[in-house]
Amino acid sequence: MAQPLIGVSVPRKEGWDKVTGKARYVDDLHFDGMIHGATVRSSAPRGRIKAVRFDPRISWDEFTIVQASDIPGANHVALIIDDQPCLADSVVNHPEEPVLLLAHPDRYLLEEARRAITIEIEPLPAVFSIEESLRADTIVWGGDNVFKRFRVEKGNVDTVWDRADLIVEGEYFTGAQEQLYIEPNGMIAVASLEDGVTVWGSMQCPYYVHKALKGVFGLPDEKVRVIQAETGGGFGGKEDYPSMIAAHAALLAWKSGRPVKIIYDRAEDMVATTKRHPSRTRHRTAVSRDGKLLALEIDFVIDGGAYATLSSVVLSRGTIHAAGPYECANVRITSRAVATNTPPHGAFRGFGAPQSIFALERHLDKVAAAVGLAPEELRRRNFIRRGQTTATGQVIRENVDMAALLDRALRESDYHTKKERFARENPGRRVKRGLGLASFFHGAGFTGSGERYLASVVGVEATAKGRVRILTSSTEIGQGTNTILTQIAAETLGVPYEWVEIAQPDTSRVPNSGPTVASRTCMVVGKLVESAAFGLKQVLAGAGLLPSVYSADQFVQACGAYVGQHGRLCASSQYQAPPGVYWDDERYQGDAYGTFAWAAYVAEVSVNTLTCEVRVESFVAVQEVGRVIHPVLATGQIEGGVAQAIGYALYENVVWNEGRMANAQMTNYIIPTAADTPPIRVIFEERPYAYGPMGAKGIGELPMDGPAPAIVNAIEDATGISLDSLPATPESLLAALVEVHA
Amino acid sequence: MPKVPITLTLNGERRTLSVWPMARLLDVIRQDLGLTGTKEGCSEGECGACAILLNGQLTNSCLMPALEGDGARITTIEGVAADGRFGHVCQAFLECGGAQCGICTPGMIMATVSLLAENGHPSEAEIRTALAGNLCRCTGYMRIFEAVASAGRGTLAGERGR
Repeated sequence: MAQPLIGVSVPRKEGWDKVTGKARYVDDLHFDGMIHGATVRSSAPRGRIKAVRFDPRISWDEFTIVQASDIPGANHVALIIDDQPCLADSVVNHPEEPVLLLAHPDRYLLEEARRAITIEIEPLPAVFSIEESLRADTIVWGGDNVFKRFRVEKGNVDTVWDRADLIVEGEYFTGAQEQLYIEPNGMIAVASLEDGVTVWGSMQCPYYVHKALKGVFGLPDEKVRVIQAETGGGFGGKEDYPSMIAAHAALLAWKSGRPVKIIYDRAEDMVATTKRHPSRTRHRTAVSRDGKLLALEIDFVIDGGAYATLSSVVLSRGTIHAAGPYECANVRITSRAVATNTPPHGAFRGFGAPQSIFALERHLDKVAAAVGLAPEELRRRNFIRRGQTTATGQVIRENVDMAALLDRALRESDYHTKKERFARENPGRRVKRGLGLASFFHGAGFTGSGERYLASVVGVEATAKGRVRILTSSTEIGQGTNTILTQIAAETLGVPYEWVEIAQPDTSRVPNSGPTVASRTCMVVGKLVESAAFGLKQVLAGAGLLPSVYSADQFVQACGAYVGQHGRLCASSQYQAPPGVYWDDERYQGDAYGTFAWAAYVAEVSVNTLTCEVRVESFVAVQEVGRVIHPVLATGQIEGGVAQAIGYALYENVVWNEGRMANAQMTNYIIPTAADTPPIRVIFEERPYAYGPMGAKGIGELPMDGPAPAIVNAIEDATGISLDSLPATPESLLAALVEVHA
Repeated sequence: MPKVPITLTLNGERRTLSVWPMARLLDVIRQDLGLTGTKEGCSEGECGACAILLNGQLTNSCLMPALEGDGARITTIEGVAADGRFGHVCQAFLECGGAQCGICTPGMIMATVSLLAENGHPSEAEIRTALAGNLCRCTGYMRIFEAVASAGRGTLAGERGR
């Protein structure tokens, strides 16, 4: 058998192309006769389109122009419910909503032309905040501005309030966050009556784009082809909006008869595409004098923007994570996703969980203070253990040990020693230091029955020479899909890593393995790769060509013999839920996820009380994500997620002006740089998960959940200032300091 | 205004071409000269994805008029990749996990080459300062710092695994 590959940091599969500039992203592709496309957008947040005026100084006959009436199929971007138009027809519901498309061979003339079009809009009343939307004075979506509601009940909180020793209340807010992948969105399309529509682009979910294009053109499956180009980051931001851009490029290609490329510049990408949902969470907690959580009442609201898009599922994940990895007999979580007249908010790493976990982990520090316990001690007394149930009644079957993760994080961060030292040194110092922690979990894979509905498929095929190819629509967006899926297939087949390749995601050649989201690629799709590879072995063994123990050379001989006799050698695998997993969609009860990743994070900060600058000085991230397939990639996932969450906590402030992002540029939307990111220590406790490939679970979103509350808890530890909104900017800290000293 | 001829040395090769005077050097490199390893991330000099060496100086090519390239020596990621003196820098990024999605990587490597040309054994603080003009959204920078330090040592991880 070949050398073991699991737990080994093999070179990234497509890495050499990336480090030498050879990797081809969508803007690096060129087609003969290709022209450029642009989008003309609404300036108003909400209103009726009265007229579209074309400046007569432009030679419009040189341009391809597409409007809603040109759409051959249905005018919507198919997703969950089909309320979002591909091009606004008579009304607009948010600033920067696409109204008209233009194409021209010259990018510069195209930009001039775009500016020479005026869309006259008769304004309608609009709403811009969760509070306004809930007030429902102005209805901007459906009958009541509410896209989706959930209610989770465990025990009965109402029986607890009277007998509780203490009741602690709090209200928490989080702002929007821009994914800010460094490669902006882009698509190239070709289209014709005979061949249908083909697009190449930057995306996470080729089959989402496929579904949307079928609807917009009214074409059958085989007439739509979607191919993922190398993709320069996604983080959720390339989950749903690429369907819109693909449809736009394809409509222009359809009308012009030429290949059309649409590449968003940074400003357009930031102002028009999705962001993390802003949120408001209210907590009411009953606790006993010795720190046992008796009742958790949580109301969670997210701002979905103007159309439903993914808000119902973001809300679902945020709701289920809102009570965290704690055992409490009585829990009520109510939640709503509401409409406002901003561009729709969408997927962003964590998908609702960072919002509700920020609220919970901030709130627990307040509960601890009220009871008179240290933050770590309060959590220790309430951690969920094997055999206990989550808020949705899910029985924890794995041998989770949150207390051990927390203890490890405290030890690695030298928590107690530093805490004492800071308490001694801080008084009288301008720069104060503090430590904060957060303990949390993140469910891997789609929520509830989601994976059953997806019913994902993966194929594995081999040539006569024993070279193996994985067929999956899971995309490499930087997180390491190509590498880990290759490791899993090679390990299962007992062949060298180099013998396995992964097919370019192309809907005409790979099966639908579901979207590349929800920390599902390693655990769910990886498991399918493992079982498809195992199936391939079975095919060879069943044909009497492969002994149970074999060398790589014997595998090659077996493949050669099989292909010689039968032609194609391939096997596929379709998702099946692990045994004993049940979910009740009506009552929102049961096994919300097959499993969870578990974590305890500690942040150390310094706060300059003169300048209000907060720096994260060091960070310790301890987590249990099952078996680690690739230590360097897994570490990189955690470090990258922590850095993004540091941005979420401290810097990343979307400034809104009547529903439009006012700071849509990197100059004043600030993400962490090499100078800002602290040393991040990443520690994995490995407990193999029985139903993951080689024991692995999901990992990608987990590190987004914990850092923000840990950092804001540390700010309070350093200064005594309690900040309950994200981002915790110097301005908000200054306002709080002024209030304290007033 | 008509196109004007410019002559430049691109990755060691002399090239003459006609450009619009205010064309961005980035577009000339990517479109006119066909080298797409240099990336565009923000178009305003914030992200460093378009970094090149212009007469040996680390430069954001999105902010540079093409005319500034006239008579200049320009090195892009393709030049670095083909130059045996720098192969270990690319290799270090690969082995240390310094590239994830890869879109910032060419610029990061140009900044690294620029740093190491001045300072073969940079401290972590010096690495942080040298890379502060190149944004990465994937890595949290830790693997990149390790790659730069490793490239500085000229040592490679060699064995797989840890």
